[in-house]
Order: sequence, then structure tokens, then C-alpha cells
Amino acid sequence: MHLPDNEPIIVVENVTVRFGSNTVLENISFQVHRGEILVVVGESGCGKTTLLKAMIGLQKTTAGRVFFRGMDIMAASEAELNNFRQNIGVLFQSSALFSSMTLRENIALPLAEYTSLDADTIDLIVKMKLGMVNLAGYENHSPVELSGGMKKRAGIARAMALDPLVLFFDELSAGLDPITAAELDNLILKTNEALGTTMVVVSHELQSICKIADRVIMLDKTTKGIIAEGTPGDLKEKSTDPRVHSFFWRQVPDNNKQDRSYVR
Amino acid sequence: MNDQQDRQKRYQISSRKQDSTLLICLTGEFGLNNLPAFTGEIKNLFRQQKPGALDIDFSGITYFDSAAALAMIQIQKAAAAENIVCSFRNLNNETKGIFSVIYEEALSRAPLKDVIKRENLVMQIGDASIRIFQDAVNFITFFGELLFALAYTLRHPQSLRIKDVLFYMKRAGVDGLPIVGLISMLIGLILAFMSYLQLRLIGANIYVPSLVSFALIKELGPIMTAILVAGRSGSAFAAEIGTMVVNEEVDALSTMGFDPVRFLAVPKVLAAAIVVPVLTLYADFFGNIGGLIVGITGLDLTANTYIIQSLKTITVFDIVTSLIKAVFFAGIIAGVGCQKGFQVRAGAQDVGKYTTSAVVTAIFLIVVADSIFAVMFYYMR
Repeated sequence: MHLPDNEPIIVVENVTVRFGSNTVLENISFQVHRGEILVVVGESGCGKTTLLKAMIGLQKTTAGRVFFRGMDIMAASEAELNNFRQNIGVLFQSSALFSSMTLRENIALPLAEYTSLDADTIDLIVKMKLGMVNLAGYENHSPVELSGGMKKRAGIARAMALDPLVLFFDELSAGLDPITAAELDNLILKTNEALGTTMVVVSHELQSICKIADRVIMLDKTTKGIIAEGTPGDLKEKSTDPRVHSFFWRQVPDNNKQDRSYVR
Repeated sequence: MNDQQDRQKRYQISSRKQDSTLLICLTGEFGLNNLPAFTGEIKNLFRQQKPGALDIDFSGITYFDSAAALAMIQIQKAAAAENIVCSFRNLNNETKGIFSVIYEEALSRAPLKDVIKRENLVMQIGDASIRIFQDAVNFITFFGELLFALAYTLRHPQSLRIKDVLFYMKRAGVDGLPIVGLISMLIGLILAFMSYLQLRLIGANIYVPSLVSFALIKELGPIMTAILVAGRSGSAFAAEIGTMVVNEEVDALSTMGFDPVRFLAVPKVLAAAIVVPVLTLYADFFGNIGGLIVGITGLDLTANTYIIQSLKTITVFDIVTSLIKAVFFAGIIAGVGCQKGFQVRAGAQDVGKYTTSAVVTAIFLIVVADSIFAVMFYYMR
């Protein structure tokens, strides 16, 4: 439960990102509201991860600004950035758990750094977080001993360690089987519902998007901008844009029915 | 003042006693950053007043997180331990939601795996012995595979990836020229100066060039170059292959039918075997230049005298043996670098561990090989 606030928690304002002469994002603007799950979708290479990195301050923008609760993160002081980092949690595509540490040490790291809690309390919070992601008892395991889905869940537990206001997920279910991916979706929904955490998810898994998203923004590789914004249902049923339509209805050239008699 | 600091002060706890029940009203923000403060206050309240029951009223709460919810559960347990029944009142849906994701069973569940404890000394020595033995076996196996791969490449030269060989020649050789030249020249300078300090006592300044060229070409040139290449390139080879192992690129090569040793190690070993002798000659040259500078400026020798005196000491045998040593050292550096890279299993820490090991092992083996060569060449002469 968080402080009542009617202002958007994140405002992305005319953001452009260029790498040399290669423009990845062009004039992107949108807002993220408190408590919502916003999913950023688009085909591979359209700049979803770059946008996420710009939102968490890891990618300098060529133009435009990103505001977190009214603070411009590109122009923020180190103290303001520190405060910002305590209020966000990020799950990277590869989970990015520190392989030289156990899960306990991974999750306790931000708690030990940013709070003055004693070791027993930190240990208890670690157990609670692991319980939340259904990994109770795994505190002494090393990340290399976990499966892909478990690593993601442990990554979520670490991202949630400080009870952040916003959680960012980069390709939440990439490389996971549908059942594990669905379990993660449930976990996201439950966390959002129970803790009220705002979530920004980068994904291109249609099933997952339709299940978890309150709102979707769709990026396009050609225009480098947002081509659609709305609820997944609206975009799927009402959008007249052929790119949105083909994404939501998965209309790709279907070669499955071709003559396959040549296959040995 | 940031949010977290703010939050430390943004709460209020009031209490009043009704019969034997202590009613505690929470107002404001309760979260991770003021957790020790409010937990202590609430515990103090019921410990001082020793009520029969404790009611905590949540109606005034404006911020509440999972850490605070956990603290409330712990307070409830602490009260129960003192035979006080603790109940929560006026929880709204959001607060209830937070409590709903805290699983009592998770808090009390024993870890599925014990923390790795430090073993006793005997076990540690035993482990280390087994590890050293396994390392030796790995090392011999790898060098067997490498020799086999080199033999295959000799028989099938078209299988050699020439572009890779050139790339690593540039990395290990050309890119190393400045540092090898600089270090060698400084070594030559120091050697000449130190020799001069001793030899001038017996009026034997004229032997400084002989000593410098003899020491540099026979020993210091090859060994200093080898150590520098081990530090620069041996470590790079280990880190590169190690990272490829972590990223499953080595597995990909195997499944595509490539021999990883032939594909990855052979170009590096060949490149090193070509550039290390050249770098050694280069180091010898710059070392002698260093000696020459001291000879001209400090020993009152002419450049001509210094060079003639140096050349008198050196034989073709010395230069050839120095180059043979350099080729062997190159084999050790690249071979050990690649072998350590292939030993990486998982994670960044493993890459660091084996990169360090590659440099340390290579330098150790270079010194051992140099000792053997010293004895061997002495008897050959």
C-alpha cells in the first residue's frame, strides 16, 4: 500500500535515443500511473529494452526527459538518484543474480546497503521474500543450482527486497516453458494486487501480455515511436492499424501447410 | 531529505488502556526504513504496561509495506510469548492484501541446503591434494589434445583459421610492442647502472656492455617478454575462452562438429609461437639500447666501443637458444591460457579465478622451463 498520489509515477517526455547515426527511439512520450501494470510490446529490435533502460537511468537519452515522481532522472543529483534506486526494482532478462552469492546474500544485499536493520531481521525479510516468490527454503542455494524459472523468481525477490514503488521487468518470460511463464504471470498479478506495486513489463509474449497488462504501449521498429496505446482488449479488437492487428492476431505468413513430402 | 529519511519520522503511535486491553493506534507511515523504531516502541509499550490483551488499530495508516507487515507478525509472536493476545483491528483491503502474501510456513521453513561450512585442516589438505592431482591430469590431457590438434593442423593446413592467427598476432604481438620495448629498455638501463656501480670498484667498466648483453639475450630478454605476454595475452586467452564456456559458445562449437581445442586454442598457440620470439628479439634490442644509454652517459664509453664490446660477448648459439626458449614459453603461455579458459564452468567468479590461475601457472612453468633450458644448453655447448 502506498501513499495516495494522483500524479503519474513515471512520465516519459519526448525521449529520443540514438546510437551514432542509428535512431532507436524517436520522440517517445507516455505516462505510467500508480499501481498499474504497463506492458511495452513490439517486435524484436524495436527498442523495448532501450526504453526500459532509459526509464531506469541506465541509458542516457539523446533528447527528452524521464520523470520519476516529478524528478528528472537525467538531471538528478547522486542523492536523488540513490533515492530513486531505492524506489525501483529491476528484473533483467538474464535475472542477473550474482553467481558468487547465495540467494540469501543476493536478496540481503540491498537491505544491508540501504537500511540499518540487524542481521536477524534481514534474514527474516529474505525468508519472507523467498516465500512470496514460492522459493521458501532456497536461501542457501547458489543461482547456478536453480532452473531458469526459479532464477527469474529469485530475481523478482531481489528486485522486491526494498518494497519498491515500481518494478521493471525485461522480457519476463523469455526462454521459459508456458507453464513456468504462466506461473510468473500469476506471481506478477498477485504481487501487484497485494502490494500495489506499479509494474513496467517489457514483453512480446502475447498470452502473458493479455493476462497481466492493464495498459499496453506498442513500439514500432520502422517509425521508432509508439504506434498504439490502450488496454490489450482494445488493441486486439478495435485497432485498425495493420501492425497492431498482425501483432495481436499473430498474422505471419503461414508455411505450415506447404508440401513437406521432401522432409526425410 | 529523501523519502526514506522522511518516512522515519512520519508516524505516530498512541496508546490507551481499556480494562486489561492495551489499544495501540498507528498513524502515518510504517515501512522498512522506520521498522526498528516503531517495532521497539510497540514492544516497549506492552512490556511496560503488561496488558492481558493487545489491540493494534491500523485505521490511521497511510503507508504500509511488506517489511512492516512482517514486523507486525513478529510483534504478535513476541506478545504471544508473554501470554498477551495480540489482534489487529481496522485493516483495510490493501493492508489485508499485504498480510496475505506473507506465508508463515516460509518464515519458519528450514533451509533445504546447509550453509557450506569450512572443513577442518586435514579435509582441506586432502581436497587441495585431489584438486592439484586433477589439475595435473587436466593439464596433461589438454596438452595431449593440443598436440593432436596441432598435428592435425599441420597435416590439413587449410583447416587453420588464418584470420584468427593474424588477429591474435596483432593482439599479443603488435599491441604489446610499446610495453615490451619500454620495460626492456628500463631493465637494460637498471642492469647497466647496477653493474657499473660494482664493476667500477675494480676498474672493469668495459665489461658492463658484455654483462648487459649476455644477461639480456640469454635470460632476461626471453623471460621478461614471456612474463609480459603471460600477463597481457595469457590472461586474455583464458578470459575469452572462459566467457565462451559460460555463454555455451564452446558447447555450440562441439555440437556443430568443431573440435574446440583446434578451433579456439590452435590459432592462439600458433600466433603466440610466432610473435613471442619476435618480441624477444625486440626486447633484446631495446634492453641493449637502455644499456647503451647508460654506457654513453655514465661510463664514458663511445657508442662504437659499447656495441663492439656487446657483440663480442654474444654468439649465434646464444641468440638461437634464446629464440628456441621463446617458442617454448609461447607454447606454455597460450596453452595454459586456453586450458584454464576451458576449465571455467559457470559464472563471472570462475572466469576471474581461472584467468588468475592462467597467469600464475604460466609464469611458474616459464621459470621451471627456463631452469631446465639453462642446464640443457650449458651441456650442449
